[in-house]
Amino acid sequence: MNGIPLTHILFVSTALFFIGMYGFFTRRNMITILMSVELILNSVNINFVAFNTYLYPQNLDGIFFTIFIVTIAASEAAVAIAIIINLYRSLHSVDVDETGELKF
Amino acid sequence: MITQYLFYFLTFTAIFCALLVVFSKNPIYSALYLIVTFFATAGHYFLLNAQFLGAVHVIVYAGAIMVLFIYVIMMLNLNKEVEPHKSNIIKIAATVCGGILGLVLIAALRETELGEITEYSNNGIGLIEKLGNVLFGAYMVPFEISTVLFLSAMVGAVFLSKKNIH
Repeated sequence: MNGIPLTHILFVSTALFFIGMYGFFTRRNMITILMSVELILNSVNINFVAFNTYLYPQNLDGIFFTIFIVTIAASEAAVAIAIIINLYRSLHSVDVDETGELKF
Repeated sequence: MITQYLFYFLTFTAIFCALLVVFSKNPIYSALYLIVTFFATAGHYFLLNAQFLGAVHVIVYAGAIMVLFIYVIMMLNLNKEVEPHKSNIIKIAATVCGGILGLVLIAALRETELGEITEYSNNGIGLIEKLGNVLFGAYMVPFEISTVLFLSAMVGAVFLSKKNIH
């Protein structure tokens, strides 16, 4: 890892972030929107670990932030999928454009 | 030298598969490409000297979250190519907005003068022994709070997916 500058890793995370952002804007399926959110979270995690390893290699704070982001992503996916199943039960579709009302 | 080649290979894999996640019409293909992206990201973590984090990433993302996604896609029977994408105006708007912001960020990164970068040694900082010492010492309270978060998320998921809620 010695020959790789920090900016190249940041380029990777930037690219992943904006690919996820494009998917978040353009997809209509709620599950693929959730996948785009996971891509964005991944890019943030790469940033945390890269800055931790390059700038403060004796500390562990970035790695712990990443671990907590992973746990929050897991619980968020569970709750979001429960909401999606509930919406599918009442609307028979997972299209975001058809979910215009927020009631059961 | 080998780590450099490995890094660029993992980078290419991650970005290519992320593009395929966004652009493929079938949600099942999106989920499968997302798994490849997660594996490439875990490879980045291994190269960045965070071995435990790479293992956790594979277990949690590729093991738990993606199984949930694929199970739901199959249960809702979404594996057909009927998903209409949004209109071209929204696509162009998303491209312009994301592209301009990305260009600004990349230009800023190119111009950045990084100061003293400490040459790190492979001292096993990302291994499980040191991580455990810090996690159950300085990070004890956030760890406990995350367990409460998991419990409430589980209760919320069960409550939301019950059939008749009055």
